[in-house]
Amino acid sequence: METYIEIIMIILIICNLWLLAASRIKQCIYLVAFQGAMLGLLPFFQTGHGILPRTFIIVTGITLIKGFVFPILLTKALKDVKVKAEVEPLVSHSVSMIIGIFALIISLWLDERLQLPLTIESELIIPLSYFTIFVGLFLTVTRKKAITQVLGYITLENGIFAFGVSILSEHPWLVEMGILLDVFVAVFIMGIMVFYIEKEFDHIDADKLAHLRDWKIHKNKLFSWDIYHSEAEEESK
Amino acid sequence: MSVQIFKLFSIFFPLILSPLLFGVINKTKAFFAGRKGMSVLQPYYDIFKLIQKENIYSQTTSSIFKISPVIGLICVYMALFIMPFAGIPAIFSFKGDFILLAYLFGLSRFFTVVAALDTGSSFEGMGASREVTFSAITESVFFLSLIALILITKEYSLSGISPYSSEKHFSIILPVMLLVSVAIFLISLAENSRIPVDDPNTHLELTMIHEVMILDYSSADLAVIQYLSSIKMWIFFSIIANILLPHTFYVSLTNIFYFFIIIFSLAVLTGIIESSIARLRMLKVPQFIIGAACLSLIAVILAFK
Repeated sequence: METYIEIIMIILIICNLWLLAASRIKQCIYLVAFQGAMLGLLPFFQTGHGILPRTFIIVTGITLIKGFVFPILLTKALKDVKVKAEVEPLVSHSVSMIIGIFALIISLWLDERLQLPLTIESELIIPLSYFTIFVGLFLTVTRKKAITQVLGYITLENGIFAFGVSILSEHPWLVEMGILLDVFVAVFIMGIMVFYIEKEFDHIDADKLAHLRDWKIHKNKLFSWDIYHSEAEEESK
Repeated sequence: MSVQIFKLFSIFFPLILSPLLFGVINKTKAFFAGRKGMSVLQPYYDIFKLIQKENIYSQTTSSIFKISPVIGLICVYMALFIMPFAGIPAIFSFKGDFILLAYLFGLSRFFTVVAALDTGSSFEGMGASREVTFSAITESVFFLSLIALILITKEYSLSGISPYSSEKHFSIILPVMLLVSVAIFLISLAENSRIPVDDPNTHLELTMIHEVMILDYSSADLAVIQYLSSIKMWIFFSIIANILLPHTFYVSLTNIFYFFIIIFSLAVLTGIIESSIARLRMLKVPQFIIGAACLSLIAVILAFK
């Protein structure tokens, strides 16, 4: 059983690195889904406390939602907004991977420092859950499009789940299901949000959203968004 | 005594079976393309056909051009003497023999590059420059992977660095073992000029790396080059197989069986990769190798833990 946990851990590492290197949004969606589904299987192999009925509920819930519902929702959102298929990172892919390595070193160091009062089946689950959280944060910060930020958010949650599952026996399953519900609703809403952002501004580039304000210089004169819209309507008429 | 004789397997089997790897790869590609494909033995037929042909040398070439395939073959053949075979230690093993392995490959590559420059063709010079650039990075990845193995086993020879002999906890050994295997597989694709890095079938001058350097060879020389590249592939795959298999130090038939299974399934995997993804752009190749480097770097970090 320990072997399977280690194999899932290696898949987690490779998925994280691949996410940092992936250049297509679709590839990222599938990677995050695969990572989530693999982590969902983790409670099965935690034999320390035996397989409880609630383990089945958690495993099926997580695998279904993260492995199937999220990719379907996100690919639908991606199809609706018709954006370019590339990820467009602020930091190049190679540098992202190297930063990922540093994140791993930091998470291993953190694991050494932080002594948990429980025994954990594998030495790697805790540092790798930190690693996944860091990668999730990094993806959220350095990728331009709103949809890739949603992916970073799910990766972050995957890391939190990996951390939570390692202390599952001490940890009420309702909390786990509550988090899952939260994440599900969040991704659902974000999917819709991305669509509306695109509809309103013709792009989902989060960088450009920083320029949003009431007054903007356009054609050498001050004008508000209301005027801009009314002008645009007039032009269309 | 018996182990001493069985050590000769490590040079006997590659000599006979290595061209079969290319046959298996081609058969896999044919299967995915929905073709019947050529026979698995086609690389052997090709080599015999080429040997019977007449040698033609360009007038601008010197003797370096003529000796370089033979030197390449000798280097690769010498590398077989330090490769363990299915858990049986190699004929020669000493501390740091993996460095010799890397530099034997380096020497054979050096002569390929020099011979390519010797022809005076600008295309071959371009291929030579690319080959040297990429192999400079892959070599460091190769050493990084082996450093990870050395850190967990405290052994310094190829015959000794089996992760199974490590005293570390299993939850460290397994990730290191698998990460290193993946990293070595990725660089073996680069070193053997297989698809994400280089396309062995392309003859577009602007995209070739390895193929462009051997454009001027004909007949027996070309046969030698094909044969040595198949042995090189065998050596890379057998490094992976030796990492994944326990070293027994005695002859075990199951181990030998699994050894062949691993080597030929890696060939099938190469075929699947070649039929499912396209060749990377030249600018993306360093990124691919950096990915492999990251994997082996993670293995090193975990090995320190």
